[in-house]
Amino acid sequence: MDIFIQQIINGLVLGSIYALVALGYTMVYGILGLINFAHGEVVMIGALTALTAIGLLLPAGLPGPMLVLAGLLIAIPVCMAVGFTVERIAYRPLRHAPRLAPLITAIGVSIVLQQLAMIGWGRNYHTFPALLPTAPHQFAGAAITDLQIIIVLTAAVLMAGLVWLVNRTRLGRAMRATAENPAVARLMGVDVDRVISFTFVLGSALAAVAGVMVAANYSIAHYAMGFMLGLKAFTAAVLGGIGNLGGAMLGGLLLGIIESLAAGYIGDLTGGFLGSHYKDVFAFFVLILVLVFRPSGLMGEKVAERA
Amino acid sequence: MTQHVPLRPLSVLAAACMLAACGQQSDAPAPSASVAADAGGATLTVRLGHVAPLTGPQAHLGKDNENGAQLAIDDLNAEKMLIGGRVAKFELLGEDDQADPRQGTTVAQKLADAHVHAVIGHLNSGTTIPASRIYHDAHIVQVSPSATNPTYTRQGYKTAFRVFADDVQQGSVLGAFAVSTLGAKKIAIIDDRTAYGQGLADEFEKAARAAGASIVTREYTTDKETDFAAILTKVKSTRPDLVFYGGMDTQAGPMARQIKTLGLAVPMLFGDGGCTVEFHKLAGDAAEGNYCSLPGVPLEQMAGGNAFRERYKAKYNSEIQLYAPYAYDAVRVVAEAMKQAGSTDTDKFLPALAALNYPGLTAQIQFDEKGDIKDGAITLYQAKSGAWQALETMGGKASN
Repeated sequence: MDIFIQQIINGLVLGSIYALVALGYTMVYGILGLINFAHGEVVMIGALTALTAIGLLLPAGLPGPMLVLAGLLIAIPVCMAVGFTVERIAYRPLRHAPRLAPLITAIGVSIVLQQLAMIGWGRNYHTFPALLPTAPHQFAGAAITDLQIIIVLTAAVLMAGLVWLVNRTRLGRAMRATAENPAVARLMGVDVDRVISFTFVLGSALAAVAGVMVAANYSIAHYAMGFMLGLKAFTAAVLGGIGNLGGAMLGGLLLGIIESLAAGYIGDLTGGFLGSHYKDVFAFFVLILVLVFRPSGLMGEKVAERA
Repeated sequence: MTQHVPLRPLSVLAAACMLAACGQQSDAPAPSASVAADAGGATLTVRLGHVAPLTGPQAHLGKDNENGAQLAIDDLNAEKMLIGGRVAKFELLGEDDQADPRQGTTVAQKLADAHVHAVIGHLNSGTTIPASRIYHDAHIVQVSPSATNPTYTRQGYKTAFRVFADDVQQGSVLGAFAVSTLGAKKIAIIDDRTAYGQGLADEFEKAARAAGASIVTREYTTDKETDFAAILTKVKSTRPDLVFYGGMDTQAGPMARQIKTLGLAVPMLFGDGGCTVEFHKLAGDAAEGNYCSLPGVPLEQMAGGNAFRERYKAKYNSEIQLYAPYAYDAVRVVAEAMKQAGSTDTDKFLPALAALNYPGLTAQIQFDEKGDIKDGAITLYQAKSGAWQALETMGGKASN
């Protein structure tokens, strides 16, 4: 039983990170109908920027948590700027192009960002210094660290904040109106371009936080880290119902837990026929099942209204 | 339909042009390559291919290999070695296989098409094995500085050599060490499902079982993963007293950290892939007390090892990661064989390479009939105060 609890904890931590990244995919999709494949790279840029900032601030002798916070506060505006620039340069000129053009552009942007990061930060894995307490607490036979508690709580607060922003503020209403119908929203006086820019900036800020979380939790950051994470988060968004905020959060958490449980139990359940390296296969298999029986995802209402 | 008809003659014409152009292109490199080798009178250009992952998670190791090989090339050019009476000018053609078997065969074909005289590489067993077939078919000598999977030299290819002990030797030393020296009775094994990681883990498992230990669980990950929480939780539930990992440092480092985070207080043991400077960086405090093995003797014990380290540092402004001295030797043995045979022709220098007895940087290098190094030494290390401290060396003859 303690193993089961431990796997659920592992899954929650992983799932919180997936959920934060998935929100970035789902917000952009909800408004533009575009899958922004470069989003995973923004997470990577967030992690590496924070790492560099922390490296520069390290001699100042600040306490660990302050350093991480400082790194985060530098990474967020940098990622926001990257998100804003990418939208402005790569996607806005293609606003009225066929759907395939921005999709391919997104893949291109992803490759460009990754290569730029490789030039800037090098090919090596970078170690994220252990600034936050990682001594395990025992909890019902399972171990959880302060860092992991911080990750789950931060993700929960950010998600709650986002839901509030989208549902309760003027800007959120403009976002929802743009998602509903950009042309009509424009006629109603909504500055659609500004709303779209804001969506990218907001998603990128969440990506920066996720990037710092990943780097701090696994104490590792490198230029290629965004790719698989982006793919997983995209899967989470589709699992929950792409374009739906609640869906992205649910999808992220579910995917994290499914992966953890699969890695922990798949070997025993199949009598050693499938090993723990099949956890990704298992996660994607669940995705296929959901898509077959509920093509719009777990929380999607209608079959891709905008598709 | 009617719109397409006028286009058809044009497209046929375009296709014909492309075919013609392709034909010319593929003919072009072959003569120029042989011209480069034969002409020039006084100098002879020797082109060596080098393949290792230069991008991706193992890029730091790949670059390390390439640096080691380049250092040998620089030395050879400075020495003005004579091959068949002509001064040899060595060139290194560096390729990137991304540690990916598919990419490995693509670049192998590229080097074969470029008619290189020999290939140094690849770094990983997973890329070396499929590529070795291409080099064999193209009759190109291949010397891997670091691929340890036994299969590589057991396919009956006369062109395949390595200057590093293989996993059968390493796995059996590790298994015996785990059980008799460390006293491990219950061992958990994790591998990264690559030809290297899986091969080494299999050999280790055999040796550990033979020595009387029980394998409590066998878990798997990939060579790109950074999250091991789930599999380590499973490992923890089996209460092992040692965790063996078959894979590279980029996984071993974070894994050591996560073992600590989970409150699993057992040491890790792994092979050469994790036995790097990078491991300490990646694992941080969690590096302490873990064990690894490395074919060959410690660099300090190599004749000229310290001098090599200094030169490497001076030129590349970084520490040697792992295999650079072996990549250096791989280039040197090929050059030596060419010198002895007086030719860069594979038919001539291949027998010389097979019969070579050369005092290399890493060891006295002699190959057995398979192309493996004879009497390969294996050294065990433990992580102490941020560095690998040599514990004991088994087998092998140091160069003199």
